[in-house]
Amino acid sequence: MVRKEKFIEGFFFINGMAVIIVLLGIFVLLIVNAIPAFRDISVWDFLTGKVWNPEAYGKPSFGIVSMVVSTLMVTAGSLIVAIPLGIGTAAYLTDVASPRVREIAKPVVEILAGIPSVVIGFLGIVLVGPIIAKLTHQTSGLNAINGSILLAVMALPTIISLSEDALSSVPKSYTEASWALGANKWQTLITVKIPAASSGILAACMLGMGRAIGETMTVLMACGNASAFPHSFIDPVKTMTATIAIELGEVPYNTTHYYSLFAVGLVLFIFTFFVNLVSDTFLHKYEKVNR
Amino acid sequence: MKSSDIKQFLGLNALRLCMAVVLLILFVIFYDIISKGAGKISWAFLSQPPRNGMTEGGIFPAIVGTFCVTVITAVFAIPFGVGCAIYLNEYAKDSWITRAIRMAIRNLSGVPSIVYGLFGVVLFVNMMQFGTCILSAGLTLGLMTLPWTITASEEALKSIPNAYREGSLALGATKWQAIRTNVLPYAVPGMLTGSILGLARAAGETAPILFTGAAFSLPILPSSVKDQFMALPYHLYIMSTQHQAIVKVRPIAYGTALVLIALVFFMNFGAVVLRYHLRKQKKD
Repeated sequence: MVRKEKFIEGFFFINGMAVIIVLLGIFVLLIVNAIPAFRDISVWDFLTGKVWNPEAYGKPSFGIVSMVVSTLMVTAGSLIVAIPLGIGTAAYLTDVASPRVREIAKPVVEILAGIPSVVIGFLGIVLVGPIIAKLTHQTSGLNAINGSILLAVMALPTIISLSEDALSSVPKSYTEASWALGANKWQTLITVKIPAASSGILAACMLGMGRAIGETMTVLMACGNASAFPHSFIDPVKTMTATIAIELGEVPYNTTHYYSLFAVGLVLFIFTFFVNLVSDTFLHKYEKVNR
Repeated sequence: MKSSDIKQFLGLNALRLCMAVVLLILFVIFYDIISKGAGKISWAFLSQPPRNGMTEGGIFPAIVGTFCVTVITAVFAIPFGVGCAIYLNEYAKDSWITRAIRMAIRNLSGVPSIVYGLFGVVLFVNMMQFGTCILSAGLTLGLMTLPWTITASEEALKSIPNAYREGSLALGATKWQAIRTNVLPYAVPGMLTGSILGLARAAGETAPILFTGAAFSLPILPSSVKDQFMALPYHLYIMSTQHQAIVKVRPIAYGTALVLIALVFFMNFGAVVLRYHLRKQKKD
C-alpha cells in the first residue's frame, strides 16, 4: 500500500519535472543547433552585422542587426498603441462601467484573444494594408506600421485583462480614503489606484511586449519582409520571427544557413525569456504588496 | 464647473473612448470576415478538396487535417497537463523544485510559437525520425499547449475545498485514493473546459506546424499519423500570401478565415456548455 502510494507520488513528480526538462530541452537544442553556425560566422559579425544575405554568391553575410531593429520597431509601435488603449479599457471596466456592462464587455475582450494570429495577419493584408497604402501614397501597405497595428490588436487582450486584475485588486480602503479626502473618481484613479497597481500594470505591459516580440504569423504576412535596414515606419521590415518562418522551409538541413536560423531563434528565446522574467518580478512584487 | 470636474469629465470619457475603440476593432474584424466570407460557405466548400491548383473547390482536407492534429495535441497535452497539475496542487511542497517548475511553466507560455516550431523540427522531425507528419506537428502543438492545460487543471483542482480531501483521509483512504475518488471527479469539468480552450488556441496556430508537417496542398486525406496534412490556418496563410493568383483566390481565403474563426469559437462555446452540463450533473 505504502509502496504503491510512493510510486504514484513519484509518477506525478516526474510528470512535474518534465516541464523543466521541456524548457531546458528547448534551450539546449537551440544552443546545440546554433553552435555549428559559428564555425563559419564570427559571433561579432553575427551580432553587429547589418546585412543578412545568407545565400549571396561567394560571400554570404549573417548580420542580425536589421531584423532585431525591425522586431523592436514593430514591438515599440504596437506598444505605443496598445498600452494607453489597454490601460484605458481596463480602467473603464473597473471604475466606470456598470456591473452589467462589465459582464458583457469582459467576454468580448476574451473573444479578441481567441482570434488566431493568421486571421489577424490576413486582415493586415486585405484590410489595413490598402488603407495604409492610400494614406502614405505607397504602392504597398505592407510595412512596419501595419505590423505595429496588428500586434497592438494581439497584445491588447493580455494588457487589458492583467491590468484589470491589478486595478481591481487595489484594496477598497485606498479608494475610500481618497474619496474621504474629497478627491473625485478621476483623481482617485490617477493619483491613487493606478500608482498602487503600477507593478501589476507594468507586468501586464511586459507580457504584452513578450507576445508582440514572439508573434510570427501577423508580422510575416503584414510587414512586407524586406531584409534592408529599416529607416522609418513606412519601410517594409523583416523581423526575427518572420526570417525563421520564411527561410527554414527553404534551406537544406545541416548547412550554415540552417544553423544560423537556430542562432536567430536562440536570440529570440533569450529576448522573450528576459521580458518574461522582468514581468514575473513585477508581478511578484505586486503580490507581495497586496498580501 | 470646477476645473477638477472638467478634468474628470474629460478623463472618464477618454476611458469610455478606449473601450469603444476596442469594441470597434472587434466589430470590424468580424464584420469584414463574415460579410466577405459567408457567401463562400456552402456544403460543397466544406466537403470537397481544392481543385485546379487551389483556385476552385473546397477546404475539406484542411478541416480534416486540423481535426487530426488537434486530436494528437489533446492526447499528448491533456494527460500530461493534468498529471503536472496534480503534482503541483496535491503533492508538491513549497520547495525550490516546486518554484522551479512554476517558473518553467510561466516561461514556457512565453516562448514564441516559431521557437516551438524550431524545437519540433529538431526533436520530432529529425532526432526521433518521425519526419514531417501529423504526429510531429501534433506533439509540437502539444508542448505549446502544455502550460495552458497545466494552469487550467491547477485552477480546477484549487477550487475543490480541502474538506473533500480531509473527509476522505479521515475515513482511512490513502492520499491517492482521496485524490482519485474525492478530488478528481469534481475537478474534471474545470479541467476539460480549460483544456479545450487551450486546444482551440492550438488549432488556430500556424507557426509551429509550418515545418513539422503541414502541406501546401494534398489531394488525398491523411491515412495515418505519419502522413503530411493540410491545416486550416496554414491554408489561409498560403491562400493569402503564397498563391500565384492571389486576388482570384481571395474569396476562398475569406471562406477559410471564416471557417477557422467559427471552429475556434465553437470549441470555446462547446467548452463552456460542457462545463455547465457536467456541473449540473454533479449536483443532481
